Amino acid sequence: MASLCAVVGIGQTHHTARRDDVSIAGLVREAALRALEDAALDWRDIDAVVLGKAPDMFEGVMMPELYLADALGAVGKPLLRVHTAGSVGGSTAIVAASLIQAGIHERVLTVAFEKQSESNAMWALTVSTPLQATVVAGAGGYFSPLIRGYMRRSGAPEDTGIRVALKDRSNALKNPYAHLREPDISFERVASSPMLWDPIRFHETCPSSDGACAMVLSSERALSRGAHPPAWVHSTAMRSEPTQFAGQEKINPLAGRECAKELYRKAGISDPRRQIDVAEIYVPFSWFEPMWMENLGFAPEGDGWKMTYEGATALDGDMPVNCSGGVLSSNPIGASGMLRFAEAAMQVRGQAGEHQIDGARIALGHAYGGGSQFFSMWIVGSDRP
Amino acid sequence: MREVAVVSFAQSRHVRRDTRNEVEILMPVVHEVVERSGIERPFDFTCSGSTDFLQGQPFAFVMALDAAGAWPPISESHVEMDGAWALYEAWVKIQTGQADHALVYSFGKSSPGDLPEVLSRQLDPYVLAPLWPDAVSLAALQARAWLEASGHSERELAEVAVRSRQSAKANPNALLSGDLEVAKLLAEPYLAAPLRRHDCPPICDGAAALVLAAGDVARRVSRRPVWIRGIDHRVEAHSLGARNLAESPSTRLAGERAGVGRGRVDVAELHAPFTHQEWILREALGLEAGVDVNPSGGALCANPMMAAGLIRIGEAARRIAEGTARRAVAHATSGPCLQQNLVCVLEGE
Repeated sequence: MASLCAVVGIGQTHHTARRDDVSIAGLVREAALRALEDAALDWRDIDAVVLGKAPDMFEGVMMPELYLADALGAVGKPLLRVHTAGSVGGSTAIVAASLIQAGIHERVLTVAFEKQSESNAMWALTVSTPLQATVVAGAGGYFSPLIRGYMRRSGAPEDTGIRVALKDRSNALKNPYAHLREPDISFERVASSPMLWDPIRFHETCPSSDGACAMVLSSERALSRGAHPPAWVHSTAMRSEPTQFAGQEKINPLAGRECAKELYRKAGISDPRRQIDVAEIYVPFSWFEPMWMENLGFAPEGDGWKMTYEGATALDGDMPVNCSGGVLSSNPIGASGMLRFAEAAMQVRGQAGEHQIDGARIALGHAYGGGSQFFSMWIVGSDRP
Repeated sequence: MREVAVVSFAQSRHVRRDTRNEVEILMPVVHEVVERSGIERPFDFTCSGSTDFLQGQPFAFVMALDAAGAWPPISESHVEMDGAWALYEAWVKIQTGQADHALVYSFGKSSPGDLPEVLSRQLDPYVLAPLWPDAVSLAALQARAWLEASGHSERELAEVAVRSRQSAKANPNALLSGDLEVAKLLAEPYLAAPLRRHDCPPICDGAAALVLAAGDVARRVSRRPVWIRGIDHRVEAHSLGARNLAESPSTRLAGERAGVGRGRVDVAELHAPFTHQEWILREALGLEAGVDVNPSGGALCANPMMAAGLIRIGEAARRIAEGTARRAVAHATSGPCLQQNLVCVLEGE
């Protein structure tokens, strides 16, 4: 039986388009210091560091964990660097948790970041491989046909995506760390924004952010006395499938469904919509909320949009999703997955401030990446499992 | 700690320029290692190591999934590090009890780019990388520091090269092998003083894969499981000016934590891409004169980036599986001038 793992410290930066005031090292250190402060711990209390980020070309630094070893307080300690595409923030937290669960370390600092202003993500995502067609359109160009496919299949109303964007951007107004805080956000404003990748409008798209997220994970016996109670890790799961092959289900990927199945089984969850109080889901383009609601088993296939439409995923709904404003409001890519995991933990620790769901006890953190092919998830709870 | 063993290992025939793509290089290696493992797919866990900067494009590891086989979907992870650290992550996963066996692989195709310059992109992006100091020049700084601190001469460096190339004659996967003469080597021009060409690793393309299994599974599938008795890794400060380059304290610490000194070492496979680094690593690990170091020829004879560290573990395990060694030490390194190091102690039954 593996040892128990708990989140005892969480920190994040104020996400924004450009952090010219700090270096990459300064950015990750800011989040790490906040996590240590939240845990009431010091650098010397940390046994190992696990860093995650998306492609190194986003900053143009190869294997930046080497350069960041000092800033992360890792000198003389084990330092791991995870990269699993967009799901990396979640995978990184899972790798860090496994170091505790395996009984190897007592306290692990895990950090994820992206400083998108150092380069141009659209360029970095435009892969040019011999013998393969190049999509010179970034992630939106890749995902919009999948959304069209979902709309056709489910018969979802055309304005579902607008409603998701309006909800998430409204939630972001309650999150002091969110990148996009737009007090004048409205249905009309989202609806009238330029169409970028049909059917994805400008206001239905995630921003490019500079930002970092950090968590201190602890074993049961090393629990520190921070201001907030621990968030216990109830279960974790990861799944990957190939990028493409004939007949592949891209809209409701099997890897996501199987990942959720294993996650729920290990956490003793049989009815996710009833048993999970709040979820932070990786939604970089508005329509992925209903798509993932189905993939994660919160709604039957074809019905995910109804949850959005009926307000179930709103702050006051029965299944609140992305109370923080989500990826649609802040997207430091490599950190976006860890922010989902951290926000889930913040909810069950009761530290989410204005976007706190009262009495949240069980929360889901979710991240995905690549061509909807890499998934990482965790369930955290206020009760010891 | 759960008992975990290496049950199979495979690698490509390393070449200066492989015209195949990464998936094509990797696929036969993965097939071979899986077949030899005696374990039926799917593996409980899969972990790989590679870096985007060799391919010059993001998500280089993604297509490699096609070589590993990820349908139906698998539990899988990737480190942007040498495959030795992918092995570490897989070992941790097995320790949690969430997996009983794991497939580990890594690959690196350095030939499309200018490797010493590409590696300069690993350096501090604000104060060092803009100067484009290449990897060979940085290693030369370290070599000079070691020569001055140790009182040794360039002859001792050349001797490492001669012995490595000789050993590699028995390694069909090595890129370089043969009989060299110290006197002739010392007459060669410097590449970056005090390093000459023989002091530096060959640039090459290659891949490696390895299968791990926990106690009972390993005993069931393998007649000679090779047990990982200890494994640890440590990192040092990044700035070369903040380090004593003539020593490797992170290797020393990782070696202590892995338990290198708890028994006699028969064989050591050290990931020393440069001749002077073998001396530094030997000292950090406290290896005695009788230890057979790099019987494969080491990274001086084949250095596929991101796989060369994993290959050290595989080669060390192979000696034990063959019965030519009872206890072995394997080492992997990453970063400029041995910044990060992993040490693994392996034993037979």
